[in-house]
Amino acid sequence: MHSDVVLELYVFVLASFLGFQVITRVPGLLHTPLMSLTNAISAISLVGSLILAGAGERTMATVLGSFAVFASTTNAVSGFLITDRMLKMFRRRPAPKPTEKAP
Amino acid sequence: MNENLVSLSYLVAGVCFIFSLKWLSHPSTARRGVMVGEIGMVLAVATTLLKAEIIQFQWILTAGILGIALGVPLGLFVPMTAVPQRTALSHAFGALAAGLVGTAEYYLDQPHISHFQMSALGVEVMLGFLTVTGSLIAAGKLQGIVRDKPFIYPGQNVVNIGALGVGVALIVALVLDPGRTILFPILIVVATLVGVMLVIRIGGADMPTVISLLNSYAGLSAAAMGFVLNNELLIIAGALDGSSGLILSLIMSRAMNRSFRNVVFGGFGGTTVAGPEGAIETRPVRSVDVEETAMLLDAAAKVIIVPGYGMAAAQAQHKIRELSDALARRGVDVLFAIHPVAGRMPGHMNVLLAEADVPYDRLRDLDQINEEFAQADVALVVGANDVVNPAARNDPNSPISGMPILAVDQARSVIVVKRSMRSGFAGIENELFYLDKTQMLFGDAKQVIGGVVDELQRLPARAAVEA
Repeated sequence: MHSDVVLELYVFVLASFLGFQVITRVPGLLHTPLMSLTNAISAISLVGSLILAGAGERTMATVLGSFAVFASTTNAVSGFLITDRMLKMFRRRPAPKPTEKAP
Repeated sequence: MNENLVSLSYLVAGVCFIFSLKWLSHPSTARRGVMVGEIGMVLAVATTLLKAEIIQFQWILTAGILGIALGVPLGLFVPMTAVPQRTALSHAFGALAAGLVGTAEYYLDQPHISHFQMSALGVEVMLGFLTVTGSLIAAGKLQGIVRDKPFIYPGQNVVNIGALGVGVALIVALVLDPGRTILFPILIVVATLVGVMLVIRIGGADMPTVISLLNSYAGLSAAAMGFVLNNELLIIAGALDGSSGLILSLIMSRAMNRSFRNVVFGGFGGTTVAGPEGAIETRPVRSVDVEETAMLLDAAAKVIIVPGYGMAAAQAQHKIRELSDALARRGVDVLFAIHPVAGRMPGHMNVLLAEADVPYDRLRDLDQINEEFAQADVALVVGANDVVNPAARNDPNSPISGMPILAVDQARSVIVVKRSMRSGFAGIENELFYLDKTQMLFGDAKQVIGGVVDELQRLPARAAVEA
């Protein structure tokens, strides 16, 4: 039991470090999609709420779990969709004129 | 389904999420990132549904279908100008899920909850419900349902920190004895109140920082949920979301020259208000009309456009793209300078300009563009104010002193598109408007920029660059 907790702390700390490394490399250009994507990803709390809603324990747990499933599903679906919609708009275009040259 | 298989499948999902964020480091790979994120999500959800604990599907199905029914329009039809409030709303939804799961777990397991589990539960529920109300207020302010002006009263800091202290004390009391069931609903109420109190004091220009901070709280709440449920995947995803929000808050607070402590403990807005907001200044400024503006821009070799929240408010991004295209056709080098806190959320200006089809290689960050202003013939400021105020550099007594700004005043000439001479969000006088090189183009950004585009079309072709 005790070692489980320590192991989880390891996972948390290492994932945070990895997150810092990976996310600092996301350019300011994409900070809005970054936020909507991490939002969609954190809808992974579904792994918890699905079990609450489906385990058939107490009514209270089923009700709260179902609301949580609803909220997370909304986030997952809308988060991925809108992130993709935004990213589709970011495009590089060939410079329209030869006069337009990068310095 | 075999426990090890479940864990392995969760591990794969976690790796998918990390790749998802890694590929977001460049626009050319970013959509692949969304795809792999979706794969991770579907894999994790499918694995969970196959678990033996789940014996009834009717509620999952109902809630899931309703979630999809709401999620699809929220994802596909929300206009880009409303992305900040959609984001705030999704912070609220994510945090709500964490808060509800935490509440259910508490009542299922109490009073047999270990100290560690109870601490995690307390953090999950506190951060969760705090983020729910905080984000709802933020979304309301962004949508214009709640008054955008900061709500401030004397002793606010003491009250806020006091309320936060009460929340922490309740968690401690619950950790010491999880059987004190009466304290749990009180904790939820306190958390929701703290959320409201933290955000009502925020004004529009501080929204980027607040949204980032709420993002980080929602993520940490999900990570805490992972500790409660002993679920490593949740811990990983929560840590990623939490660190992303934290990084964005740090970038935002640095871009406003606020210490992080100042941000966390709500030194937002209000405290920096200097003069009377909206005061009309009587000093003379030079104003210019659309025709002259068109000629000035046409005569330039290099123009840097500086968009701010005013561009979003006037929905002028499409007209601005037309302007930059028209200028590019006439041989003018057009760049866009984006300040990190321009707009209402991190990256807000970039998304609006991308929507208007401005190629992203024309968009420049604060540190990339500042040396280039000296070579620019015209800096065209559209609805930005505090982020171009030279007082941040020159006046040590200014409330925004030390804030990194776009060095617009170093351009050969400056044209500021502005509705009127009212001061900006921070209520600070902007010396830029009174410089000899500055000319004011008054009016609604969308209309006047449209006018400039029409004028440009009327001008004769530029012989020099045609050669």
